[in-house]
Amino acid sequence: MIEFQNVSFGYDAAHSVVEGLCFSIGKGESVGLIGANGAGKSTIMKLMLGLLRGSGEIRVDGLLVCRENLPAIRKKIGFVLQDSDNQMFMPTVYEDMTFGPRNYGLSKAETDRRVDEVLNQLGLQELKFRYNHKISGGEKRMAAIATILAMEPEVILMDEPSTALDPVNRRTVIRTINSLPQTKLIASHDLDMILDTCQRVILLSHGTIAADGDTETILRDRALLEDNRMELPFCLQGWSPSTRSHLPG
Amino acid sequence: MDKLSGAQAELREMDALAAADSPVHRLHPLCKLLVTILYIAVTVSFPKYDFNGLMVMLLYPVLLFQAAGIPVRLCFYRLRMVLPLVCAVGIANPFLDPVPLMRLGGLPVTGGMVSMVTLMMKGIFSLMASFLLIATTPIDALCAALRKLHVPGLLVTLLLLTYRYIGLMLREVAVMTEAYHLRAPGQRGIHISAWGSFLGQLLLRSMDRAEELYGSMLLRGFRGEFHYADIPACRASGVVFTMVCTAAILTARFVRITTLLGSLFVR
Repeated sequence: MIEFQNVSFGYDAAHSVVEGLCFSIGKGESVGLIGANGAGKSTIMKLMLGLLRGSGEIRVDGLLVCRENLPAIRKKIGFVLQDSDNQMFMPTVYEDMTFGPRNYGLSKAETDRRVDEVLNQLGLQELKFRYNHKISGGEKRMAAIATILAMEPEVILMDEPSTALDPVNRRTVIRTINSLPQTKLIASHDLDMILDTCQRVILLSHGTIAADGDTETILRDRALLEDNRMELPFCLQGWSPSTRSHLPG
Repeated sequence: MDKLSGAQAELREMDALAAADSPVHRLHPLCKLLVTILYIAVTVSFPKYDFNGLMVMLLYPVLLFQAAGIPVRLCFYRLRMVLPLVCAVGIANPFLDPVPLMRLGGLPVTGGMVSMVTLMMKGIFSLMASFLLIATTPIDALCAALRKLHVPGLLVTLLLLTYRYIGLMLREVAVMTEAYHLRAPGQRGIHISAWGSFLGQLLLRSMDRAEELYGSMLLRGFRGEFHYADIPACRASGVVFTMVCTAAILTARFVRITTLLGSLFVR
């Protein structure tokens, strides 16, 4: 579904953000993209969407990422931004959800059908006509996912989907991600969430792939994670709320 | 609530105002737009000494404010920043045109005084009509009406995005101001030495945000043209409103209504 072949990108000639990346993601796979700040997670997503142009070859569903193919590729990929405020730019949730489908020439009736279907699927019907500036952060994140699902994408990219969410909203987002049948690529520092949602993990380090494999194997490898400025997920660190009182501080 | 939060809240209130329901709100946006354009064009076309003729033009906004259920004082409150500028436009007229036109209670009233007042009235009436339009028409519907008038898509998109993003920019300013004041307690406003970096940072942050937003729009198929609100076909009420208002506005401009009314009582 997604293929990267020797992809490199840098904002200036001297410093590469990603260097010689080669990997592929199969249809229906759920892949976590992890790494320290500046490792190149968001850059990979932007390269895939044609928002950044690098060297090498990227293919989405067989289509080469180039100017001519961008409309077709962007129709296949839904991107959930890290900051929902940057994604929700229409006054109401409904208008935001109709923005993409209408741009792709769908009729109002078909768009409304999709909107209702997605809102029902996510249990968000009560948000439909709410103003974006009046909904909470968690609701906004769910609404941002809904705007993407209304486009019926084949691939979903998510940049830090659990950031700034309270535990209940975070759990809701995880449940939602798990219920989506599409191919998913999720960039996050929330390794517990990655453990809950992805079967495979790509660990990035300074723009290159440090590890690529089964989620549990990689996220249990303390040495590998620590070498790459990360830590074991909390759920694998051997403490729980009941043992929390034994921790220093 | 600080000034910036207040400004943000006012922007949102305008959206809520436009989404309300009244006979004026239900009128077709294109009809309201056309009548507003005609009203403003006719208002500014009055001769500079025609105080009486201009007074009649006040009827249109006042009646429509009543019909829309919007208090006129709200309009003046929202326009409080612009009104002094409008009023200042003709402030030099009394000095430039000192020829007395009439005497009022024994005092001479010069042409400059009258033209100053009429100029202010023209500005205020035009602002009232514009406010009425945006307070009774959602921005999407207004943009759709502009497109129906064949206003270039780029200009309409600019208008829509500017309206939408003023709120976001205010939020950025609010966050930066808050961060500044937390580290400069007791200081009023932002010190002049920080203005450069403050504005520079605001520009950079706004550009970053604009880039993200534009990226998000592109990814959802945006190709330079918004799909504005689906405005329904114009109904009879809209046609009647347009015709009646057009006739009334043109009558007010070309028939001396105040003189006619006065002649009923004074022979």
